[in-house]
Amino acid sequence: MSVAYPAVFAALLFSVGVYGVLARRNAILVLMSAELMLNAVNINLVAFDMWLRDVLHGGQVLALFTIVIAAAEIGLGLAIVLLLFRDRGNIDVDRQDVLRESDLEAR
Amino acid sequence: MTVLAAQAIALPFLGALFGLLLGPWTTRRLAEVGLRASVPPVASVPPTEAPGSEAHVEAEPDVTGEAVPPEGRAAPGFAPGGGARGALGPVLYAVLPTVLTAGLTIVIGLGAWLDPGVRTAALTTIPTGGPDITVGLSVDGLAALLGVLVGLVALAVQVYSVAYMRDEPRYSSYAAFVSLFTAAMLLVVYASDLLVLYVGWEVMGICSYFLVGHHWEERTGSRAAVKAFLVTRVGDAGLLLGIIVLGLGAGSFDIATVLAKAPDLPSGTVLAAALLVLCGVAGKSALFPLHTWLPDAMAGPTPISALIHAATMVAAGVYLVARLYDVFLAAPAALAVLGLMAAVSMLGSACAALAQVDLKRVLAYSTISQLAVMAAGLAVGAKSAAMFHLVTHGAFKALLFLAAGCVIHAVGSNLLADMGGLAKAMPYTFGAMTIGYLALAGVPPTSGFFSKDAVLEHVQDTALRGGDLPGWASWAVYVSLLVTIALTAAYSTRAWLLTFLGPAREAHEAPGLMRWPVLLLAGVTLVLGFAGLGSAELRPHVAPAAMSLLFTVAGAAAVYYAWRDDPAKDPALRLGVLRRPFERAFYVDELYDRTIVGPVRLLARAVKGIDTHAVDGAVEASVPVTRFAGRLARLPQNGNPQTYLTGLLAGAVFLVLAVVALT
Repeated sequence: MSVAYPAVFAALLFSVGVYGVLARRNAILVLMSAELMLNAVNINLVAFDMWLRDVLHGGQVLALFTIVIAAAEIGLGLAIVLLLFRDRGNIDVDRQDVLRESDLEAR
Repeated sequence: MTVLAAQAIALPFLGALFGLLLGPWTTRRLAEVGLRASVPPVASVPPTEAPGSEAHVEAEPDVTGEAVPPEGRAAPGFAPGGGARGALGPVLYAVLPTVLTAGLTIVIGLGAWLDPGVRTAALTTIPTGGPDITVGLSVDGLAALLGVLVGLVALAVQVYSVAYMRDEPRYSSYAAFVSLFTAAMLLVVYASDLLVLYVGWEVMGICSYFLVGHHWEERTGSRAAVKAFLVTRVGDAGLLLGIIVLGLGAGSFDIATVLAKAPDLPSGTVLAAALLVLCGVAGKSALFPLHTWLPDAMAGPTPISALIHAATMVAAGVYLVARLYDVFLAAPAALAVLGLMAAVSMLGSACAALAQVDLKRVLAYSTISQLAVMAAGLAVGAKSAAMFHLVTHGAFKALLFLAAGCVIHAVGSNLLADMGGLAKAMPYTFGAMTIGYLALAGVPPTSGFFSKDAVLEHVQDTALRGGDLPGWASWAVYVSLLVTIALTAAYSTRAWLLTFLGPAREAHEAPGLMRWPVLLLAGVTLVLGFAGLGSAELRPHVAPAAMSLLFTVAGAAAVYYAWRDDPAKDPALRLGVLRRPFERAFYVDELYDRTIVGPVRLLARAVKGIDTHAVDGAVEASVPVTRFAGRLARLPQNGNPQTYLTGLLAGAVFLVLAVVALT
């Protein structure tokens, strides 16, 4: 099997993730999109590990490593989203703008 | 001896420094230890702020401390002299150093008299890259003589001021400035270096400014101060340039060196330097065309008029010419200019003095006239006679001013119309002032007769036999001097009659502290003239003496007969159509207003307009532009992280594409 298939698939998956991060308003969906991007990376890691016939299978090890990190990250991220919901009553990413220049229209 | 001179300068300087920094504090401390009797320390009303006078506040260090000690203001309950206790602070740090200084100047004078010669000493030399500046003093006969005059008049004025000014809220700063002035004047007198002299010259100017503006709450006071400062400044700019020309030409600022090298300098350089120095002289000595500040300066307290604007500072200009006489001898054209300035000043101001309605302004114009007489003496080469007249004039004019101060103190007004018939009520002042007027008019045996006669004799000699001056110039000086002598007698008589004779009037004699300096100066005025008998140059000669007496009597008699017909009427009214131009001093002030002050004001207004509209306008116009640009720049900063990330991604994609495209 050509390495191009998993590579193109990973690229598409990554693009879907980027689109989700940039365009979705719901913070949970943004987190999920980030997961999509990580998984795209994982596919690349495994695919190129096999294609390069790495004796130590560094790519696969690193993929496992990434999965663990992603699990930890999603836990942390969901906790933040939970707190955010408790605090604000919504989890829309584009409404979390307390750090912006507030008097833009006042002047 | 130069050490003594240095001490004479340093003492009043330190006194002034102390007075300016710690004057109000001292008064408070003295009040605390009970030297102020039982005056409750009520906070007095702060001096009313005249509009536009805020600039003076930092210049009057006493103002802030003034709220606490009401100095002599609470004095009405005191017996005469009791209020002077409140002035104890100024007595300590102003009068005491002046007493010592007067003593030192007398010692220096005696030393220079017993052992003539020039003594010079330098403290240090300041390298400038060009001609070095020697910080040093030099005492010769002339300087010693002037020093004695300055010391004595300053002492008389300080003592007099204790009584005259003790009710003033700013007496302590006043006393300090008088001390500072004394130090500066002595520095001018004893300086051995032109730039050191210039330092003293400028400090005198600033002291004059502060003291003329002593009553700065009144508009006239502050305006007169500014006018005096600005007009003399015009001259001082010339003087500084003249000093630089002389210093660079001679390669040294040392006066002795400059004088020695003056004849060898190119005639153009010497002439330019002499004319530039003459600017400064005209400004300081109030000679035409820079004389207009002196009559207005009479807005200052009367003792100041006596010290600064009659006896010492205005004489400094004449002294400077005498000090740099060799420079002027090397440039006869400058002497001719000096002669013409003197002729115009003496004649014009004598006419003006004839019609003034304010006693102090009469004396001010008479001061201009007498200074011009000294300048005329210098112009014809009679240096000793001019210096003799300077000294006698310093004494008798200080006497006249201090006595006038007694009169003003008693009457409460400067106007001649408010005076009259005071001879009975104020016998001491009457006697002293009579002596002063006799000296001013040049009646023997007062000192004014001898000195004026010495000048007249030299002027006559030059006119008849020729001298350094061109013939027409010396004749102009001679004729105007003779007319001035007649006019001097006339206005002296008029002022004397209007002040003391006529229907008797109630008044109180001046207190002792004011009377004694006046009587001392009267004594000096009476005997000083005989000092000139020792020198052949200054001895009176029959022909000019007779001539001058003739003119004096004519002038005095004319006024007397005009007055005798109707004692209630001002003899000046007899002048008819001439009275108005005389009173306005030939409209010189108005002329300057039109030709200089007006255009300068216009220019100032234009500059201010440009500043507010063009410069400030440009700055203000940049505000909306900046604000708009800021709003544009803030648009992407909308607080939405997704927008930022989009930008980040776009940037990354752009970079990757760029790398791909470029490699």
